[in-house]
Amino acid sequence: MSKLEKTWWMTSHIDTDAGKIPRISTQLNQKDRLGHLKVRLGIRRRKYSVSPGLYGIGNPDSNSPVLVTANYKLSFDKLRMELEGMDAWILILDTKGINVWCAAGKGTFGTDELVERITAVNLSRVVSHKKLILPQLGAPGVAAHIVTKRTGFKISYGPVLAKDVRQFIQAGNKATPQMRAVRFPLRERLVLTPVEITGILKPLLIITFLVLILDLSGLDIISVKDLLPYIGAIGVGAFLVPVLLPWIPVRAFALKGFILGIIYAFVLNISSGYILSPNPNWSQALVYFLTLSALSSFLAMGFTGSSTYTSLSGVVREMKFAVPSIIIVATLGIGFMILKLFVRF
Amino acid sequence: MKNEYLKNVVTLKYDIDKCTGCGICVDVCPHAVFRMENRKAVITDRDLCMECGACEKNCPFSALSVRSGVGCAWGIMMSELKGKDEPCCGCGE
Repeated sequence: MSKLEKTWWMTSHIDTDAGKIPRISTQLNQKDRLGHLKVRLGIRRRKYSVSPGLYGIGNPDSNSPVLVTANYKLSFDKLRMELEGMDAWILILDTKGINVWCAAGKGTFGTDELVERITAVNLSRVVSHKKLILPQLGAPGVAAHIVTKRTGFKISYGPVLAKDVRQFIQAGNKATPQMRAVRFPLRERLVLTPVEITGILKPLLIITFLVLILDLSGLDIISVKDLLPYIGAIGVGAFLVPVLLPWIPVRAFALKGFILGIIYAFVLNISSGYILSPNPNWSQALVYFLTLSALSSFLAMGFTGSSTYTSLSGVVREMKFAVPSIIIVATLGIGFMILKLFVRF
Repeated sequence: MKNEYLKNVVTLKYDIDKCTGCGICVDVCPHAVFRMENRKAVITDRDLCMECGACEKNCPFSALSVRSGVGCAWGIMMSELKGKDEPCCGCGE
């Protein structure tokens, strides 16, 4: 296995009939943790991978279980941490640095790759049994019965989360219904929001820059602080909606974002004295209602990609109504905004 | 609180006559859409299906079919605009 690049998490080697297999650490160091933080913030997510192949944990022998995972380093780190004190083999597929779930959807965590990897690492010479444990979330890409037909290895689908893998193995490769269920708890939703926000940072910076130029040009059209309500709307659509997701009593994501966007615009308009005040500013209030709700709605709709329960057919149906609606509302809002520059009403 | 998506929209189809009761669909489904009853799989709640395709892929007897894909608005928009499948936003890529 000399072709595997030597890294800090490889500690030594294990001698097998198929040659030397790198032994890996179950402890994460500072470098691993910094890498995780960067990935969560959406910095260079594409290149966060480990070399595909076979690795050992503890003192594995020919009877030790074989766990299959993707070569996305975050998934790999979670798995090795959970295997502390155990003896096992980890077979890493080449998923181009993408996590198990998404790679299974694309087919890179798939039947062909698994079959080829089993052969490439000479797995039947390393272990004497014919069993593989795959993460349950790899199932959309792998046809277990076909892998068995082609290699003789039988697949047990393990738990969804790496943290349950020890219990799964100890129970004789049996998962409880809790281990099989994909949920979307608050903690998980929170972890995914920074990625949503960094995703829109670039267009936001460009707009801020343009507004800054207009502001400094002295034309008195717009100033940078006019952008603040929109930054708030980004917070509503890309942060507040994900956080409050199950408690917003409608099902479509765009509608969830629209409702919170309207509430936000309402609060903003009242606190700015544009409505329900002695001197209302109806035109500005209208601009805020339209533009802020459209922005929040659009960003909330984007969170369908991060969620763990939206179907393709469902999102397509939602978008058929939401996309034209958002375009109309946003166009009206921007139209009024421009009109206000020329006509005082 | 439970996360529930749109109703009556998923493309999941199940032919109970082809089911041999192996139970793999119960194992692979991330949303407990199947449960075993009298040595056959039965559907608990179709609306919970997220069309991941794991059941269809792993059913050795082709009893299940679903148009699988990723329920991601960005991905759908990008593939519409560029006319090809685009990687999804939340996908570690």
